Amino acid sequence: MDVPRHWRLKTQRYSLIGEECPDCKNKIFPPRDVCPECGSPAHAPFVFSGRGEVFSFSTIYQAPASHEEQAPYTVAMVKLAEGPMVTAQLTDVNRDEIKIGMPVEMVTRALQSNGDRGMIVYGYKFRPLGLGPRQTVS
Amino acid sequence: MRDVSIIGTGQTPVGEHWDTSLRHLALEAIKSAAKEADIDHVDGLFVGNMLAGELSGQGNLGALIADFVGLRGVEAVTVEAASASGGAAARQAYLAVAGGVMDFAVVVGVEKLSDVVGSAAITAQATATDSDYEAAHGVTPLAIAAMMMRRYMHEYDAALADFASFSVNAHDNAATNPYAMFHNKLSVRSFVKAPLVADPINLFDAAAPADGAAAIILAPTAWARERGDGSIRIAASAAATDALALAERREPLWLAAAEKSAGAAYRQAGVTPGHIHLAELHDAATVLAALSLEACGFVERGGGVNFAKSGGITREGRLPISTLGGLKGRGDPGGATGVYQLVEVAQQLRGQAGPNQIAHARVGLAQSLGANGATAITHILMKDE
Repeated sequence: MDVPRHWRLKTQRYSLIGEECPDCKNKIFPPRDVCPECGSPAHAPFVFSGRGEVFSFSTIYQAPASHEEQAPYTVAMVKLAEGPMVTAQLTDVNRDEIKIGMPVEMVTRALQSNGDRGMIVYGYKFRPLGLGPRQTVS
Repeated sequence: MRDVSIIGTGQTPVGEHWDTSLRHLALEAIKSAAKEADIDHVDGLFVGNMLAGELSGQGNLGALIADFVGLRGVEAVTVEAASASGGAAARQAYLAVAGGVMDFAVVVGVEKLSDVVGSAAITAQATATDSDYEAAHGVTPLAIAAMMMRRYMHEYDAALADFASFSVNAHDNAATNPYAMFHNKLSVRSFVKAPLVADPINLFDAAAPADGAAAIILAPTAWARERGDGSIRIAASAAATDALALAERREPLWLAAAEKSAGAAYRQAGVTPGHIHLAELHDAATVLAALSLEACGFVERGGGVNFAKSGGITREGRLPISTLGGLKGRGDPGGATGVYQLVEVAQQLRGQAGPNQIAHARVGLAQSLGANGATAITHILMKDE
């Protein structure tokens, strides 16, 4: 069971916390401690709003074992309002209505269930903007 | 640095070899290459492999294969760079011979992708993506390519059928390659109707995972000339990387590592894209073939799909690609694929490509991509007379 591998990512997975470069003010996600734009050390946490838009997407029919139960499911690259791009699943959406440029917001959902007795891994997914409060977890 | 040549090549048929193990596949390819090379000793063995640990429960292939093929005691190591493992192994061998550390180096790319099937196989393939930020979300390597393709269609106003020419060409060429996995021709009609794997990528857009092994043997060009054989000279070898996660690349629709390694290769060989007579590109999905054509400077940005559609990539076209089937037609044996590409370019330059022969081919390019362009290894081969 790979608990530590997921546990240590809890701040970015649950709260979409990345970093801000103190020099060029570039917003960084996922956190990498060195600004990819200017090379400066970047340790200051930055909380992303969770808003963004779909840059591209794909519905997966042949899934890895960790996600086989969910297939078919849709993954997307989401361009966050603050700049960086993040890859995640889309949820709470009719697949036919997904379009490039669609505004979305981050919600917390189960990413993997790993069988009946396995660890449930939670983290960010994105859903169409304007569906109501974001607190619900299903 | 001294000039390096390929003095022997070997390959097994690509397919599902249920009755053959990693070591036997490697042996078959190395035996063929050794027969051609006809040398009395070997200084090093470089194994290109991507997933033996995941799929066959086998690590340390260097020692395993060296011993199994009769090279016990010889320096041997595995080189892993996802699906660019074969190209990366060839480059390490090239560096060893060019630098004068070794005289005779064997490269073997070997992969057994049929040992595990279904979702377990896809789990293994997904280790090539960023495990924390892609695979954890259920993203597969093909889904990454699919997101590139969707965006390509959006930005350049391309339809699914526009990508068909890549797969049709690959199957046309594979049909007459005895080592290829597929010998059936493909129509645009069946291409657009194929079942989806990772929308918009379907079964006839993506290369099929397969088993296979290919080998080359490298020696100093001066040695080959002294012996009087017309060898195939490695005129350039170059490698580059990009962010592993597609979302973290500066431009998701631009293969920056492919551009960088191709550019370095052109400079080393003293050629321009216009001098290349044929190219074996990493067509694991049609969009990768299109983006590779663009990154290597064969066509302008956004022009890859139209170039293929207008016949530019066929055996009679301006730049033939996948001349013996490519990944799509020959099959894609993971870490072996990059070595197959080099064997195939050598076949063309020696005039040994049979019905697939590109007339007057003297300069060929092979480019191996790992993880949809996170790693790119480019080699340019020339006929040495």
